[in-house]
Amino acid sequence: MNARFLRDGYVTDALAQIGAAGLFFFTILGAVPKSLRHFRETVRQIWFVGAMSLVIIMTCGLFVGMVLALQLYHTLSIFGGTAALGTVVALSLFRELGPVVTALLFAGRAGTSITAEIGLMRATDQLAAMEMMAVDPVAYVVAPRFLAGVIAMPILACVFNALGIFGGHLVGVTWLGVDNGTFWGNMTANVEVWADVINGVWKSLAFGAVVTLIAVFQGYTTPPTSEGVAYATTRTVVFSSIVVLALDFVLTAFLM
Amino acid sequence: MTQRRSYAVGTGLFILLGFAALAYLATQTTSVANYRQGDSYTVKARFGNVGQLKLRAPVKIAGVRIGSVSSVQLEPDKLDALVTLSIDKRYHDIPDDSSAVIFTSGLLGDQYVGIQPGGSPEMLKDGDELVLTQSALQLEDLIGKFLVNGSGDASKKPAANAQDHKPAGGS
Repeated sequence: MNARFLRDGYVTDALAQIGAAGLFFFTILGAVPKSLRHFRETVRQIWFVGAMSLVIIMTCGLFVGMVLALQLYHTLSIFGGTAALGTVVALSLFRELGPVVTALLFAGRAGTSITAEIGLMRATDQLAAMEMMAVDPVAYVVAPRFLAGVIAMPILACVFNALGIFGGHLVGVTWLGVDNGTFWGNMTANVEVWADVINGVWKSLAFGAVVTLIAVFQGYTTPPTSEGVAYATTRTVVFSSIVVLALDFVLTAFLM
Repeated sequence: MTQRRSYAVGTGLFILLGFAALAYLATQTTSVANYRQGDSYTVKARFGNVGQLKLRAPVKIAGVRIGSVSSVQLEPDKLDALVTLSIDKRYHDIPDDSSAVIFTSGLLGDQYVGIQPGGSPEMLKDGDELVLTQSALQLEDLIGKFLVNGSGDASKKPAANAQDHKPAGGS
């Protein structure tokens, strides 16, 4: 019974998926030099994947910063520590919320569209047609999207953080009346470039690679039916969210 | 072709925006000046107890930051703490008989090394040791002393009975 469970059970399926995704990662890396020869495609994908996500990232960053300041102000005022508001808002954004929320939004906004696009190419046999014309679909379709995701994610996370700080300042200083100089002064005294700001950039680079890898892998290996593409798109969001949050814990434990 | 070019321009703007955001975060929300570790010299100091002094804690003269703590380690033969201070090259006019004291910023704040200048005509050089040091003030020691010394007051309360056999003012 155990053997049968292993032969066609969920565990082996999941392991096989992880293994296939890992191998696919190396296939993409191998195809990156070839895809750099037509770099324009990557540039176009950065536009679709990154710049088109700016509106949602900026809006969410602003509101996350605002709500963070609002919540923390009331908690900190219990201890008479509202002077630390700027520090706490900036550190929570740089270290956790910026990279993680950006990655989750990115999975929903860009990851799904990558999966659906590649999945439809698979379902309509466009990928097979490319192979027949001796055009490597991994180099021409997958690698540019992967590169675009890896490049776009840190940029989006930085924009998210900047808007979050702005939102926190808006609520903390303009509305709740924390002193402007205290807000910035405590922030600059306690936030560090390498330990906090760049740490967040490393995290978002890793998240960018993982989310886009899952998106292109799900699209590339989707069952070629409309139902299959729908499932693949759902799986992109579910798996990306789980992996991003789990990886965040691991990275935090190592980078701290 | 023009459509492609507009993508390229938009992507370029997007990447520039990212770098602008990063530059904004790195310069406006942090104190970059504190992390220019480039040209500095190191001075050692031994303390009986460093308290909660951490790596990269500030080193200050008269409240102005002049450097940071670059290492805190135990000196095995003397069993005291050897603290290495890296001080910015700009501040090279510190007399070599200056003393190093571990202060706490505020009542419960972080600890830092304060240097109180001496009067020697010789200046500190790279690798020198500050001989006059004063350890961190331990808040819990102070509270302990206060409790023991204040036994006349405290012995009225039953909770403080355990303190009664101890000689008052023993420390």
